[in-house]
Amino acid sequence: MEPTNTADPEYYHKVVDCQYACPAHTPVPEYIRLIAAQKYTEAYIVNWESNVFPGVLGRTCDRPCEPACRRVRVETEPVAICRLKRVAADMKEMDAVADYIPQGPFPQNGKKIALIGGGPASLTVARDLAPLGYELHLYDEQPAGGGMMLTQIPSFRLPITVLQEEVGYILNMGIHTQFNHYVDSLKEMLEKDYDAVFVGTGAPRGRNLEVPGRDEATKNIHIGIDWLQSVAFEHVTKIGRKVIVLGGGNTAMDCCRTSRRMGGDEVKVVVRSPFDEMKASPWEKEDAQHEDIPIIDNHVPKSFELKDGKLIGMIFEKVSPVYDDNGKRKLVPTGEPDVFFEADDVLIAIGQENSFPWIERGIGIEFDKWEMPSVDKVTYQSSIPKVFFGGDSAFGPTNIITAVAQGHQAAVSIDLFCKGEPLANRLHPATNLISTKMGIHEWSYDSVVTIDERFKVPHADKKITLKDRKVEVELGYEAAMAFKEAERCLNCDVQTVFETSRCIECDACMDVCPTQCITFTINADEDELRMKLIVPAMNRTQDLLVSDLLPTGRVMVKDEDVCVHCGLCAERCPTAAWDMQLFSYYTANAGSQNVHA
Amino acid sequence: MSYVRPQFRHPNLLKNEVGYTSKEYEGSLSTLCAGCGHDSIGAAIMQACFEMSIEPHRVAKMSGIGCSSKTPAYFLGKSHGFNSVHGRMPSVSTGAYLANRDLVYIGVSGDGDTASIGMGQFVHAVRRNLNMVYIVMNNGCYGLTKGQDSATADVGSKSKAGSVNQFEPIDLAGLVLELGGTFVGQSFSGDRSQLLPLIKAAIAHKGFAFLNVISPCVTFNNNVGSTKSYDYVREHVAATATVDFVPMMKTISADYAEGADAKVTMHDGSVIALKKLAKDWDPNNRLSAITALHNARTDGKVLTGLLYANETSNELHDILNTTPTPLNSLGQDVLCPGNEKLAEINNALR
Repeated sequence: MEPTNTADPEYYHKVVDCQYACPAHTPVPEYIRLIAAQKYTEAYIVNWESNVFPGVLGRTCDRPCEPACRRVRVETEPVAICRLKRVAADMKEMDAVADYIPQGPFPQNGKKIALIGGGPASLTVARDLAPLGYELHLYDEQPAGGGMMLTQIPSFRLPITVLQEEVGYILNMGIHTQFNHYVDSLKEMLEKDYDAVFVGTGAPRGRNLEVPGRDEATKNIHIGIDWLQSVAFEHVTKIGRKVIVLGGGNTAMDCCRTSRRMGGDEVKVVVRSPFDEMKASPWEKEDAQHEDIPIIDNHVPKSFELKDGKLIGMIFEKVSPVYDDNGKRKLVPTGEPDVFFEADDVLIAIGQENSFPWIERGIGIEFDKWEMPSVDKVTYQSSIPKVFFGGDSAFGPTNIITAVAQGHQAAVSIDLFCKGEPLANRLHPATNLISTKMGIHEWSYDSVVTIDERFKVPHADKKITLKDRKVEVELGYEAAMAFKEAERCLNCDVQTVFETSRCIECDACMDVCPTQCITFTINADEDELRMKLIVPAMNRTQDLLVSDLLPTGRVMVKDEDVCVHCGLCAERCPTAAWDMQLFSYYTANAGSQNVHA
Repeated sequence: MSYVRPQFRHPNLLKNEVGYTSKEYEGSLSTLCAGCGHDSIGAAIMQACFEMSIEPHRVAKMSGIGCSSKTPAYFLGKSHGFNSVHGRMPSVSTGAYLANRDLVYIGVSGDGDTASIGMGQFVHAVRRNLNMVYIVMNNGCYGLTKGQDSATADVGSKSKAGSVNQFEPIDLAGLVLELGGTFVGQSFSGDRSQLLPLIKAAIAHKGFAFLNVISPCVTFNNNVGSTKSYDYVREHVAATATVDFVPMMKTISADYAEGADAKVTMHDGSVIALKKLAKDWDPNNRLSAITALHNARTDGKVLTGLLYANETSNELHDILNTTPTPLNSLGQDVLCPGNEKLAEINNALR
């Protein structure tokens, strides 16, 4: 193999698995170290700069970082990254936060931007552009900002105060808000004197289920996200005693758990797919089951059943999954008799769709065959140059952190667009490497690897939480437990940096490495080299670090897969050919001072 | 203080024939200087025992005093060990071996422990053909007392402090050949691919297996002008042959048969396959080994690899015709047959 080009910022970035997996590339190990040092405010700000809603995400994030966590590959459970983020938000000093957050009024640059939709994507654009002097007009049909974070996430998972605080940081930057204002025509918006328009209207339509009895029983059948919104605004205050929730995603979990708090004693989730393949996050399924909600899988809804014109339940067909050679799943009826479940109310949470009834066809926005607008995957620009999309409205429903990441990129594009620069003129990430060597056996990070298993976040007693939908279920870590959980982080951003010219080939690093990552061997092509290592490198998703040619004709090969960043290779290196260097990687946002690509 | 070895190991670690991973062969974390050749030799011993599927509790690590003799703390943490008085490891090993012939004895010593204070003990262990592996971690200096020249320092070798050694060195491999040693090898801590098969062969050898391993002292003897530095040794190494150790259970593949132009069959059936590099050298011929060693020295080279092996010799227990059972497995009635038996013996001598 060719020597690894570690000058490519993506090489070391990829080693920081959590940060690499995060759509917004939040520097996770950095803020976890700050939490361990009880610098909660600083930890909060590191998050805030990158993901805008640390308090919200610390409770509700889909956490793509956690399955990626290196800890999974050496033990079982990842670091509780998401819940540590919440610790930063919970324990920060409110007053100190204001010192870090840009405070208006900002000198204006004379450009006006319309933001349609008040969810995470739009708010991110607003936060990035406001300090640069843009005049931002945010439109939303709801009475407050937050979008789906406000309408769809129940209060027992996300207290309204947390959302209000973080939305407030942005709106207080001098954003002109037009709440209770449903934008019903893009054409009209374009006729106003906006220099650019950002569309962040989400995926607002819950999918319906057309089976017999649907129309007749409609009074007791509700679309999940609409029902959650009605609950959030207190238009709905109760539900029947027996409830069936259809669907296997996180919305279904929110619906069933909300039902339990609205008078539903016998709530069950019924889902077509097998339990393990449900879209809901494992922890959300766990929480639902903890609240005595059975999840019945492999059941396909057949009909709504009525008696005397009133819904009494549903009939389901039992199926089992069959997989073809490509792993594609088919649900095949088992032939067992159909099953009837009683219900007073049914909530349909089987997916969300994009919907753009307010965008006139023929004004220049191109739509594909799925009725989705054509949006550039890098710049988020649509077929009308001054209209940009982001969040669920750009490429369909995903999650908050993705919406934030897209908002950042759209803001970069809008800034370039308004300055008349090409949208390809995007900036490199800002990266740096600094040695952490402090002395003999001393590093500026906590290199000792703890064997503690993941600490469970304490929950409030369900006797209390099930009585009041506004009581938050998770209590969050307290400081001592947060410290211990933070110590589980392997500091993957402290990189093992190898300098070929210093190596005297004493093999000490190879011998001391606890996880057998380092091998000195004769070079070969990648397939062969991977098999030649002390422990063959079978995980192809993880790179090999290959040195230049050493004097004895060998190369040093390090499999990044299960390196625990303990620093022993550097400790045992007599010539400092190995060094533990702190790698930082900051994505360029609008207004960043990074170097041009 | 960050010098703590994590508990995690690679999840895909291989297991050997007795079901252990390399973790079971580890010792505590080394406190020797970073980059010390001794650690590399210790790692090779671990690897050899792991790959030969020797159960750790069947190994006895014997050592004396010095940096080298500290190393048994850093490998095979679950084996027996005896850290003896300076230079007295051969005598202690003799006693241990007589008492329990079933263990694999791995003696670890240094150039000071062997060639100076322990010389008187060492030579007798050789001539008695004690069934053990005896490894000298040879760095040509007294690292533990800040790098004074040892008895194996070459004439003209310069110490870190700048003094030049003027005394003739003791050639330990040559000495062992003279004394009738039955297995002699020489290697370099920085050449694992050679050292590992040599250690395996030494373990398989029945009788005294001597390995003189040059092991640079990174702190006091890795300077320009030293003849025991990483750079000097790498530049002046000459090998008798490439070495492959083929365990007895594995049939020798065609590759080995073709590549090898000499082989030594060990008493247990395993084979050392050699691809000769030195001229007029035969691993079964003591005289050719001595000649090769002298020729290399004349050329200013360090001759490494297997020098000599005699697989037909009688080791100590054979010579003494002692009981095949370790003493700790014999009953008291056998160990101490009583007055009657003593009287019988005494009577026979009258």
